[in-house]
Order: sequence, then C-alpha cells, then structure tokens
Amino acid sequence: MNTEEHTVSHVHRDDIGSRMGMWLFLFTELLLFGGMFFLYSVYRFINTEAFHIAAKELNTLIGCFNTAILLTSSLTMALSITAIQKDKKGLSIFFQLLTILMAFGFLVNKYFEWTTKFHHGIYPGSDTLLSMDSGEILFFGLYYVMTGLHGLHVIIGAVLIGIMTRLTAKGVITKDSFVKLESAGLYWHLVDIIWIFLFPLFYLIT
Amino acid sequence: MADDVLAIKGNGHEPSYLEYTGKGKGLKAWITSTDHKRIGILYLVSLLSFYVVGVLFGFLMRLELIAPGRTIMDPQTYNQIFTLHGVIMIFLFVIPGIPAAFGNFFLPILIGAKDVAFPRINLLSWYLFVLGGLLAVLSILLPGGPADTGWTFYIPYSVRSGTNVTYALMAAFVLGFSSILTGLNFVTTVHRLRAPGMSWFKMPLSIWSLYATAWVQVLATPIIGITLLLVAVERWFGVGLFDPALGGDPVLFQHLFWIYSHPAVYIMILPAMGVISEIIPVFARRTIFGYKFIAFSSIGIALFGSLVWAHHMFTVGMSDTAQLVFSLLTFLVAIPSAIKVFNWTATLYKGSIDLAPPLLFALGFIFLFSIGGFTGLFQGTLAVDIQVHDTSFVVAHFHYVMFGGTGFGIFAAMHYWLPKMFGRMYNQKVAKVAFWILFTGFNVLYFPMFIMGWLGMPRRYYDYLPEFHIYHFISTIGSWILITGLIIMFTNLIHSLKKGKIVTEKNIWGGETLEWKVPTPPPLENFEHIPTITEVPYEYKENEEPQMEEVK
Repeated sequence: MNTEEHTVSHVHRDDIGSRMGMWLFLFTELLLFGGMFFLYSVYRFINTEAFHIAAKELNTLIGCFNTAILLTSSLTMALSITAIQKDKKGLSIFFQLLTILMAFGFLVNKYFEWTTKFHHGIYPGSDTLLSMDSGEILFFGLYYVMTGLHGLHVIIGAVLIGIMTRLTAKGVITKDSFVKLESAGLYWHLVDIIWIFLFPLFYLIT
Repeated sequence: MADDVLAIKGNGHEPSYLEYTGKGKGLKAWITSTDHKRIGILYLVSLLSFYVVGVLFGFLMRLELIAPGRTIMDPQTYNQIFTLHGVIMIFLFVIPGIPAAFGNFFLPILIGAKDVAFPRINLLSWYLFVLGGLLAVLSILLPGGPADTGWTFYIPYSVRSGTNVTYALMAAFVLGFSSILTGLNFVTTVHRLRAPGMSWFKMPLSIWSLYATAWVQVLATPIIGITLLLVAVERWFGVGLFDPALGGDPVLFQHLFWIYSHPAVYIMILPAMGVISEIIPVFARRTIFGYKFIAFSSIGIALFGSLVWAHHMFTVGMSDTAQLVFSLLTFLVAIPSAIKVFNWTATLYKGSIDLAPPLLFALGFIFLFSIGGFTGLFQGTLAVDIQVHDTSFVVAHFHYVMFGGTGFGIFAAMHYWLPKMFGRMYNQKVAKVAFWILFTGFNVLYFPMFIMGWLGMPRRYYDYLPEFHIYHFISTIGSWILITGLIIMFTNLIHSLKKGKIVTEKNIWGGETLEWKVPTPPPLENFEHIPTITEVPYEYKENEEPQMEEVK
C-alpha cells in the first residue's frame, strides 16, 4: 500500500488519464479547424471557378518543401520519445531540438510566402484583392486565416517542445515518466496532420 | 449500513476544506487552491455576481417596456441592454451554472474521488472564466459602448456595428475555452476516478447528466470558438469570410453559430435535470423510477440535441428537405426529455413526500420546464414556427426552459446542497415563502409573453402597438414580484452562511448518495479511505422511514 495516500502532499499520477485528457483536447482542436474546413468546402462548392483561379497564385514548391519539413519533424518528435523510453536522454534532447529547428524553418518559409503575396498586393482589404472576384476574396481570406491559425499552432507547438526539452534536461521527463513529452508529441502530430489537409486543399487542387 | 463500510471519522478529526488554507491566507488561499470544492465555490460566487448584473439589465429592459414609446432609455441603450442581458445570462451564468459550481463541488464526491482528474486545469478554467467576465465588463466600460447585436452576433450587423462587439466576441471565446476545460476534466474524471465498485450503472444520475454535458461541452464549444474568432478577425483585418459584401454567406454564419448554440441549450438544461433526479428520490423516500431510462435519456438528449440546430433558422430559406429533417429531429429530442419527466413523477407516486424547499424548487422545475418544453414543440412545427418565429412567444419559451428549468434547478441545488457545503442551515419557512413569490412572479412575468407573441409582438422591439400594452404592463409587474422573490431567497441563503443553525450531521436530508456519507462540511480530501461501492444509488426500501430527521 502507498503510505502517502492520505497525506495532503500526495501527488496523484495517472498516465492513462493524462493521455485521455490530451486526446480530448486534440478533438477540440480538430473541431476548431473543422469549422474552417466546413467554410472552405461550402465556399469552394459555391465558387468553384474562382477558387481554381486563385489557387494558381500559391507557390506549390514552397508548399511542398514545408510539407516535407513538417513530416520529417513529426518523425524526429517520435524518435525523441523512443529515445527517452530507451533512457537515452541526450539523444532525446537532440531530436527535440531538431524538431524545434524544423518548426522554425517552416515558419521562415511561411514568412517569405506571405510577404511575397503582400508585395503582389494580395492581403485583406487591399485594393488588388477587393478588385478581384468575390470567390477569390473568400479564397485568400480563408488562406490567410487558416494558414495563419495553423502557423500560430506551429509556434505554440515549438514553445511546448522547448519546455519539454528543458524538463528533459532537468530530469523531470525520464524513462519512467514521459507522458508530458508524449502529449507534446501528440500535439505536434496534430499540427502536422492539419497541414496535411491544408496543403492539398490550397496548393494542389487548382 | 454503508456507513460502516466507509468507516469515515466524524467531523472534527480532519479539518474541513473550509478550515484548511494551504499556502496563503484569506483571498489568496481561495484563488490559489486547486481543491475542487473551493473552485466550485469560486465559480458559484462569481457566476451569482454576474447573475445579479444580468437580472438588473433584465429589470431595466422590462421597465422600459412598461409603456409604449420612450420610458427610461433611448433605443440604442435598449439594444445594448438586451445584448448584455443575453451575453451575461447565457455565457456567464447558465452555461457554467451547475457543472462549474455544483458539478465541481460534488462530482468527485459523488463518484468517491478525492479530486477531479486535472485539478490545476480546473483552477485555470476558473481564471479563464474570470478573464472572460472581465472582457465582458470592459466592453461595457470602454468608449464605443457595449455591443448592440444581440447575443447571437448575427452577420452582417456584427461586422458593421461601431460598438465594442470585438470585446464581447473575445469574452465569449475565452468563456468557451473555460467551458471546454471543465468538460474535458469531467469526462476524464468520470472515466478514471470512480471509486472501486462504482460501475456505470451504480453512478448517481447527476453524474450521468454531467457526463453527457461534458461531452457536449468538449465537442460543440470549439465550433463557436472558431466562428466568433472568425467574426473578430473579420472586424480586425477586414478579411472576407461571412460579410456578403465580400462574397461571404451570412446564413453559413447562422449554421455555425447554432451548431454550438443549440447543443449549448442542453449544456444548460442537462445538469439541472441531474440535480432534479437527485432531489426527487430523497424527498419522496423512494428508489428512482426507471434509473436506466433516465441515464440513457441524458445521453439521448446530448446526441439528438446536437443535430437539431437549424430549427432556429426555419425562416431563412433552407431547402424543404432540410426543414423537414430538422423539424423531425426536434420532435425526437422531446422524447428523452419526456421520459425524464414521466420517471420523476412516477418516483413521486406513492412516495412519502416531504415538501422541503429543495423539493419545492424541483417541482417548480418540472412544472415550468414542461410548459417550456411543450411550447418548444410549437416552434418545431414548420407551419406554426412561421407565425411565432422572432416573436416574444420564443422569448417566453426559452425563459420557461432556461430560467424555469435551469434557473430553478440551480435554486433547487442551492437549497439542497448549500447546508452540506457550509454546514449551516437556512430558514426553511422563508425559503418556501421565497419559492412561492418567485413562482408567481415568474409566471406573471413570462406567461403574457406567450400571448402577445402569439398575437404578433416581435421580440427585441423597443416600441410596440397599443394593443400589446396590457401584456407588457402585466409582464413588468411580474418582474417586480420575481425580483422580490429573488431578494428574499438570496438574503435567506446568504444570511444562513453566517448566522444559520450549525449542522454537523452527515446526512442532512436522508439521501443515499456518497456526499451524505462524508462529514459536513466535507474534509479536504473528501474521503479518508476511498469507499468501495456495493449498492446501487437511491436504495430506499419502499416507504422506508428516513434515518436522519434531526434538522427538520
């Protein structure tokens, strides 16, 4: 029996519960983006032609590159968890830092992609955009909001992994207690999977 | 009896949660505590404060409508006041209401746990609640004035209005986040922390309804989160998303809004139904009739309730097929609600009824909720809805459900559980008097709205034709009676917290659920030993004499 069970300082730990909570949270994130995917599908259905034309403005090459980066970063994230499970602390930290680096790379690409569009005069409320067809206005509105919110999630994910790196270094996350790192990993995979849907919807189907 | 099995020491051996302060003293001991009981009380105090503000706005609105034309305010102020009344009552009082206050306090105790699954996230949800409340208050105080769009934020006006709509949107967004965290916590807690032996069908019925509610909170709230965020983005950056001038579709906004906001109605009513299911068997001294039916009807309501949203939009011009489907689903959702009402009344049948204040409020709930529910079916009927859509008939309907239902549910919960929470009993005679004044005032206030709505009085209008005067006049008188009742009830309850008779019995009302087997007020960790559950809840032998009669 655990003798500490009845003291105030007793720390309750339930890895299955924590994982369950994380999955529930991920559901809410999926639904959050689901609302926007719903908007996208309805507007695409109404403005098929305009969406087709507007999609040509996007740089498929940068999109592909970013997809490759994010997919690889999911791999390094998974590897960092496997590493800690095998008690290889240094290796785990290395993979976590690599993941953060790739998140940064993704954001840099995104920055150049957005600024190029700004230079072409395509941004919310701009004269160029407002002179376009209303379907194209919707396309770019959705493009900025959806990739923007996704970008925000990339930043949050990177910060989260940064905190995990610190906890791993301090020895809080160990071979026997890695549910925190696992949850951060789940979050990172969510960021990845949302991009996997955003990429074809905006860049590939033209 | 079960008490021996639990082997809980009497009061005095362990400090109650009220005495144990942890780190810090006074206010700090409260706002840094992750104890689910303290968080429950934090919620209760803050949401009742908002309730008082909401009532005040409702009172002003009614006062303005006492006579045609201008009475005390201009039309713009009136628009802002009904918006504030809606936003505060819905997002800051009724939605968090029972789950956040009483759910937090009693859910862990009722399933035999020491706390919720994520105590720190629980505290975070309260901080978010306060932040949301502050944003709502900011929208009132900052230049520009409070939003005047109505709580539904319909496009395109919510994009064009010069008032502080963005603050109200962000308030609702943050409050939604708080609600999600509570739901996530409760789902995990019910799955992971039930005491040994407490199988799903040994859970008290309030846990079933809180569990169903928690799922709706988790699954429906993100949709409104993103929808309101998109409206805010549209206001900030002029991004074309919903605004028809930029190619958007305002009806799409309405769909997204109601995909959350209709299930939200069940977030509001389900926990109240859970409270009623607890109270009825205790004061009828009978095992609840049809336990499994009530349990599954909670799930049924959550399920069907998530699929009926477009019945708010029968007049916007959907396809006939869609209208038919949504109308049918709306009728279907009435079935599980009716199952509950029939089972409650069947429980009362041949019971030895003790008409104590909690039961009075519970009976008030059943009566008012039934009226609210039936008039809901009027509106689910396609042809009739064309007549009553956007009239004060709808206003009467949802006040009967939300106030007569959930509001009276909260009052019932307060009279049932406050003595347990604070160890002091209120004056029961005064509580009964307050109930009858409230009940009378409620019907005088809201029933005339059914009649004038049926005759064509539109909702949200500042002015009206002389033929509606008599109904508005009676209704406003009703609001005064209602508020008198509220003042008496709250004074009685608040007075009891300081001066009320001290109660130390564990089992104040003769209940059979776990909260009555721990000391009054409960100790910090609820149970010294986690109990093992062997019996189903509400195990009253037929017409058994209650064991604890001391307090009455």
